[in-house]
Amino acid sequence: MDRLLTVTTAISIVLLVTVLFSVRRAHIRAEYSMTWLFLSAAMLVLSRSRGLLDYLRRAAGLPDTPLALFLIISAVFLIMFFRFSIIVSRLRDNNIALAQRLAILEYRLHSLDDHEK
Amino acid sequence: MIRGSHPNSLLVIIPAFNEEGAVGQVVEGIRRWVPDAAVLVIDDCSTDSTIAVARAAGADVLPLPHHLGLGGCVQAGYKLAWETGFQYVIRVDGDGQHDPCDIPRILERLQNSGCEMVIGSRWIESNGSRTGPVRSLGIRFFRAVLRPILGKPVCDPTSGFVGVNRRALEVFKSSFPLEYPEIEALVVLQRRRFRFEEVPVKMHPRVTGRSSITTLRSFYYIAHVLLGVFVNILKYEHRRRLPGTGGSAKGD
Repeated sequence: MDRLLTVTTAISIVLLVTVLFSVRRAHIRAEYSMTWLFLSAAMLVLSRSRGLLDYLRRAAGLPDTPLALFLIISAVFLIMFFRFSIIVSRLRDNNIALAQRLAILEYRLHSLDDHEK
Repeated sequence: MIRGSHPNSLLVIIPAFNEEGAVGQVVEGIRRWVPDAAVLVIDDCSTDSTIAVARAAGADVLPLPHHLGLGGCVQAGYKLAWETGFQYVIRVDGDGQHDPCDIPRILERLQNSGCEMVIGSRWIESNGSRTGPVRSLGIRFFRAVLRPILGKPVCDPTSGFVGVNRRALEVFKSSFPLEYPEIEALVVLQRRRFRFEEVPVKMHPRVTGRSSITTLRSFYYIAHVLLGVFVNILKYEHRRRLPGTGGSAKGD
């Protein structure tokens, strides 16, 4: 159990540092980094606070603490993936609309050029 | 530039992706059968000489900046048709499966019936059109699924040989399915209480290339289209829109 919590602590610290560096280098936009920062901070707190983890385990009616930790982290990741799917879908719609608009404007521009010639 | 300058103006759109082997014949056939119509090839980022062949055959070409897939490609044509004032648009595939001699029949039905969409159907009459067993099974399945949704039977729901009028264009310029659009487009129109009819057409084997829907992909196709159909039925935006009010669902 202690080893599991130590590994979780290490992963959350690595995730936290990686996200912060990515934000600093503008590899990820600040608004999207917030979710990752929140998740890694939550993992860090849970892995260092056995009392809180036990409380959540009892509240969820689960038999052991590692399972509770695993389920909480999995649930948060699932929510994040779903959120990013929504964002990707919206970006794709916008991208298609922009590509169509660009194609139509280029077509009209070339037609005007041809007309002037 | 193409322009729908008269009340019965027709634009024939041809979505094309690597169709250099067939698109020239298709354009020439259209120009022979409907000489007054404007012909627009929408090139979905072909890597061959589709654009050059289409232009040489006398078509206007709308090149897309990157690959959008069939739905995005067709919708770009609908948007341009709407903005340039065309009253009718007929979609013809660039692979030579659709016979341009059927275009006047589709146009006539569009003009005389007043319905928003006319589908060129290979199944209304026995006309020698052939299709594979898997596709045939899929078509039967979707006929059964669509009948209660549309409130009337549709013989060839997967046909891409489709004509629409300006009322349908107003809807499709804003809301058009992106992948496998034929079946979902019927549901999109049904939600606006628009009408469709079918006319018999003959379809040939494709001149070049292969269908993107292989046997394995046909299962994905069925699941994807089924989901799309039910998503379109459940969309909130469609419930609050009355027929003829138009408006934008998404896109620009």
